[in-house]
Amino acid sequence: MSKHLSDSILQASVRPAQSLHLKRRRFEESVFLALMRLCMLGAAAALGLILAVIFWRGVGALSVEMLTQPPRGNFYLGGGGGIANAIAGSILLASGATAAAFCLAAPLALYLHAYARRSRLAAWVRLTLDVLWGIPSIVYGAFGFSLMVFLGLRASLLAGVLTLSLVVLPILARTLDEVLRMAPPQLLETGFALGATRLEVAGLLLRQALPGLFTALLLAFGRGIGDAASVLFTAGYTDNLPGGLFSPVASLPLAVFFQLSAPFPSVQERAYASALVLTVMILVISLAAHLSMRRLGKHVVR
Amino acid sequence: MTREESLTLLTQAGAVKRGATMWRRRLLDAVADAGMRTMQWLVILLLLVMTVTLLMRSLPILRQVGALELLRSHAWHPMAGRFGLAPFIAGSIAVTVVAMAIAVIPAIFCGVYMAEYTSARTRAWLKPLIDLLVGIPSVVYGLWGVLFVVPLIRDRIGPAVDAALGPMSPFFRQTNPSGYGVLAAGVVLALMTFPLIVAVTEEVMRSAPQQMRETLLALGATRWETTKCIVRHAALPGVMAAVVLGFSRAFGETLAVMMVVGNAPRAPTSLFDAAYPLPALIANNYSEMMSVPLYDSALMAAALILLVVVLCFNAVARLVIHRLTGQP
Repeated sequence: MSKHLSDSILQASVRPAQSLHLKRRRFEESVFLALMRLCMLGAAAALGLILAVIFWRGVGALSVEMLTQPPRGNFYLGGGGGIANAIAGSILLASGATAAAFCLAAPLALYLHAYARRSRLAAWVRLTLDVLWGIPSIVYGAFGFSLMVFLGLRASLLAGVLTLSLVVLPILARTLDEVLRMAPPQLLETGFALGATRLEVAGLLLRQALPGLFTALLLAFGRGIGDAASVLFTAGYTDNLPGGLFSPVASLPLAVFFQLSAPFPSVQERAYASALVLTVMILVISLAAHLSMRRLGKHVVR
Repeated sequence: MTREESLTLLTQAGAVKRGATMWRRRLLDAVADAGMRTMQWLVILLLLVMTVTLLMRSLPILRQVGALELLRSHAWHPMAGRFGLAPFIAGSIAVTVVAMAIAVIPAIFCGVYMAEYTSARTRAWLKPLIDLLVGIPSVVYGLWGVLFVVPLIRDRIGPAVDAALGPMSPFFRQTNPSGYGVLAAGVVLALMTFPLIVAVTEEVMRSAPQQMRETLLALGATRWETTKCIVRHAALPGVMAAVVLGFSRAFGETLAVMMVVGNAPRAPTSLFDAAYPLPALIANNYSEMMSVPLYDSALMAAALILLVVVLCFNAVARLVIHRLTGQP
């Protein structure tokens, strides 16, 4: 232990004994413990409040027609139809983006563990991924839009998937990285000791991390489905069901947003219902991710 | 163990294909090495390409108006060809600062609690709760803001604060009876950045040396004194990095803010004023930006500002965190 550290520990331990009675020290502890518990409780209450408000306001306008029909002609004036276009579009966008990002993220994460262990490059790549994670999705949207203009693409499913995959990539790569980190080091050591090449060890790692990989995919999918700012420019919006790779698609978050900005209360009610659909999807995905992570925890040697 | 035996073991484990020659295995390994190494560089390049692309796209306006003028000017009249981003930057900063003022202290308390006071079992319950706050999409936060926070501010908080503190400072005057404004956006953003700050604080607290904790406890310090000492001597830079990360997350948040902030292109002077942060500016005007000259360039300049600010903040914060947690 360094000199500085031991000195400060001495100070911290000696000073209270001189100046404060044990009772007062205990009192301070209990005050701050109560404060921390209060903050925790506040966070839980806020989460509960959000879910309660969304459920309470959303249930009213929810119907089978909402879920299964695309909007009809006068949907935004209060006419019939539903948000099937947005649900289908969101699922397509998110699964496409997750698949595309996975093709890049899986080799990235495996390389960090099987090839570039503790190398300079690995540190830089991790830092870059963390920084990319923090970049707001609207910036990805603007970047994707510039690329689209450059490539001569119109707002379409393809452009949306490409942009969204950039948003999802750092999330997926870093989560996979953490999952692979949980693999027992003996696996690598045994593999190398038996004369396996690094690629073959990577294969072993991948197999070991399969359940965690599933969790990571689910998390990325959930993030992709909820992200709106990046698809706003790039995927466009349409009242039709998704038609193809080169036609625009609707997405749930944007459906909520557009319906909310309509001046009719009945359309706004539908925005609440759409938000409820989105929230339920996210809840189910989070629950599935959580459960698969638990299962992973059971089988991994730590 | 002979070479053949170890090879058999590997084949049984499924790592090596039956009958693969050494030459082929080495070749595959080398090819994969090259391919994957390229990917690593692609990721690092991606950051560079994004910055350069946005810079190139905002060059026309930077040439026409000048970078300093763009940042300083308050005149926003795209139709007349006058682009000043100052009100939007002020809006972004106002909203973010309010969010941080609300979120930082509770989030640090929660992070410390999660790291120092919870058993593995309680943590297994608390962690998903925090994760769920991350998972909720920003449009749902926005809708919650519209349905709950805005009416609350309009009917309760606004009049109360105005009556109590309004006479003292114009900062607290309820200038805007609609409820949509800086405070509403701040509350929504505070909830959105909260889980990030909690998670990072917990991570850096956990990476503090265990001996430090044990020594302090053995010397008779209470748990809270131990915690204070760890924060002061081991985790403080990490906690600050957590706050910086939270700040940059709030700075770039788009949809939720846009729904509750009121979107008026003036620099806010009161807690209740409507504002117009940079991300909202970009998102709101994407449809018409191609029809007015220089408009798209101005919006790309706004995106560039966002990118540069977030990039710098994130890079510094993440460097500090990587140092502290000793990631390889």
